[in-house]
Amino acid sequence: MSQLVFIAFQDNDNARYLVEAIQEDNPEAEVQHQPAMIRIQAEKRLVINRETMEEKLGRDWDVQEMLIDVISIGGNVDEDDDHFILQWN
Amino acid sequence: MSVNAISEYKAEPKDRVENFHGMQLLYIYWPHHLMFCSPFAVMVAPDMTFGDFLEQVLKPAVASHPDSARADFLKAEWKLNDEPFTPDVSATMKDSGIDHKSMLTVTTPGLDGISGSGS
Amino acid sequence: MAVKNKKLNLKDKYQYLTRDMAWEPTYQKKKDIFPDEDFEGIKITDWSQWEDPFRLTMDAYWKYQAEKEKKLYAIFDAFAQNNGHQNISDARYVNALKLFLTGVSPLEYAAFQGYARVGRQFSGAGARVACQMQAIDELRHSQTQQHAMSHYNKHFNGLHDASHMHDRVWFLSVPKSFFDDARSAGPFEFLTAISFSFEYVLTNLLFVPFMSGAAYNGDMATVTFGFSAQSDEARHMTLGLEVIKFILEQHEDNVPIVQRWIDKWFWRGFRLLSLVGMMMDYMLPNKVMSWAEAWEVYYEQNGGALFKDLERYGIRPPKYQDVANDAKNHVSHQAWSTFYQYSQATNFHTWMPEEDEMKWLSEKYPETFDKYYRDRFEHWDKEQKAGRRFYNNTLPQLCQVCQIPTIFTEKDDPSMLSHRQIQHEGERYHFCSDGCCDIFKNEPEKYIQAWLPVHQIYQGNCEGADVETVVSKYYHIKLGEDNLEYLGSPDHQRWLEIKGLKPRASKPGSEQDAA
Ligand SMILES: [Fe+2]
Ligand SMILES: [Fe+2]
Ligand SMILES: [Zn+2]
Repeated sequence: MSQLVFIAFQDNDNARYLVEAIQEDNPEAEVQHQPAMIRIQAEKRLVINRETMEEKLGRDWDVQEMLIDVISIGGNVDEDDDHFILQWN
Repeated sequence: MSVNAISEYKAEPKDRVENFHGMQLLYIYWPHHLMFCSPFAVMVAPDMTFGDFLEQVLKPAVASHPDSARADFLKAEWKLNDEPFTPDVSATMKDSGIDHKSMLTVTTPGLDGISGSGS
Repeated sequence: MAVKNKKLNLKDKYQYLTRDMAWEPTYQKKKDIFPDEDFEGIKITDWSQWEDPFRLTMDAYWKYQAEKEKKLYAIFDAFAQNNGHQNISDARYVNALKLFLTGVSPLEYAAFQGYARVGRQFSGAGARVACQMQAIDELRHSQTQQHAMSHYNKHFNGLHDASHMHDRVWFLSVPKSFFDDARSAGPFEFLTAISFSFEYVLTNLLFVPFMSGAAYNGDMATVTFGFSAQSDEARHMTLGLEVIKFILEQHEDNVPIVQRWIDKWFWRGFRLLSLVGMMMDYMLPNKVMSWAEAWEVYYEQNGGALFKDLERYGIRPPKYQDVANDAKNHVSHQAWSTFYQYSQATNFHTWMPEEDEMKWLSEKYPETFDKYYRDRFEHWDKEQKAGRRFYNNTLPQLCQVCQIPTIFTEKDDPSMLSHRQIQHEGERYHFCSDGCCDIFKNEPEKYIQAWLPVHQIYQGNCEGADVETVVSKYYHIKLGEDNLEYLGSPDHQRWLEIKGLKPRASKPGSEQDAA
């Protein structure tokens, strides 16, 4: 059985950068556009890297900023200053 | 099992027959007529006869169903609390063994709801 | 010379907050300070193993929450200033909001109280901090939801007395008793019930489809409060999962206790969500996805991945999961049938689906809709058009545990109700299912005291013996305004006026009476 992790964001300006960064760092992830929200799922693991986000935004970015736009998640969370990881073991 | 609690846990049933002012609760289920979403809950007097119950309680409750005009409830198959039951129109609820919070199930063979859909 | 402060990293900051600001008591016994930590039988050997993956500190918490609020209230203002209620898809949609405001928003408040209480019970500082933040979040949810809906209250009926109704109205005893059951349990069961079973496993099914539905139906105020609340939910869900893993890792004796709680709270949550199912399939004029589809994605798929992950602790998927999975094709139709026939006692309107909606239902539910429900609905539609709108004038039997009328059918025979009955200490008790019956058998003392609305009316405790008096006096539902059929209701008339259509009592779309 496949074991998907997922994250959903509000479909707003911030989220577009998050989605770009996620796609770059997780090329196998599937992005689903739904009314007012964007849902991204991947097999077992999904990562958001601070570095990639800062590149996309052209400014400093705190990993915890994503808390403003996230709607829901599925998977175990591992967060530190440089990344946010969702995974099933 | 029982409740795990920080002190002794005692509780009284909220729906004892004494709380119904001389009346008792009765549920009636008419299978294959799910237009009525669940069994009915009614209050009856323990000394009401089964015949009066049929005329004054059951028939008005199901009157809006297209099958109701053709339903012969006396010739139907009855169960009381899942056990076979033979209605006696002159017996009272009490004498019929219908106690507080009992459920009657009445099946009318040949009547299977709106267009036979079980509704 | 001042030494420049090195910026603390996330882990250090969190460490300072949860460890170094807590202390070991010296002149009081720990047991006296946290007296309720062990009566449930849960064994905690080492609280320092507690991990909060978000590592949110208070300063960051206030900063991000303030930002969320600013964004949210800017949209509320814009929505009100632009008369946003005029741009929704159809006024039938507002009935979903009435259900939400009376059924869900008071639960947010109950959650606030629940977390404020259990946050006091844990001797581990990490758990206390997480519960404290969540308590504040839940209070915020309750408030922002009421603010968002206050705009609708100016223009539509049924939204005027939500908290009063929550405590009294028959179907609202379903969500109310759900939360009361959780709040009257011990602190670990509360977290398993609400943080894990409800927030982690099932809350996506409440908020995500509801908010997508709001977006699809032009209700930006609701989308925004919903998503703003959900942004806290990611943190709540993570707490739910961490709590379960923490308890299971602490001691093997905890496993069977947690398993029983998961079984119980999955089933209770699943029953509660019947209300959301009917909202999605019947109350949204523009439909996003069917209830069955939502269940497949958010329970079967996501829940499946979760329980696979928990296997290594000896946890299996919830008991009766198979019954719930099968019921995804039935519950929304069964719930809508119920509310349709008892609409004389609801604070919202009901109606029969229009032709294109019936077609949609047949497509989304190919195995069940035409076979079990279409004839019923077509019959009701005919009756309504002939001036005999169907109402069930006899009160329903209620399940002793979930308090929903016993409307659900057998998994292997959808033509029969899955009614169960047992006797306990000389009293008879009735249930909607094996799931609810099992919950009763585990803790009968808790459920024999259930305040069942139908029985309370019959006992004479609801200010009247007939439905009209109970509804108007005890429930505060305005007869003929808030309740009954949608077509021809004051809400319907008002909507036609807003849209510049002539008020008429028949279905919009039947053009005969348009001049
Ligand atoms: Fe909440
Ligand atoms: Fe929450
Ligand atoms: Zn139940």
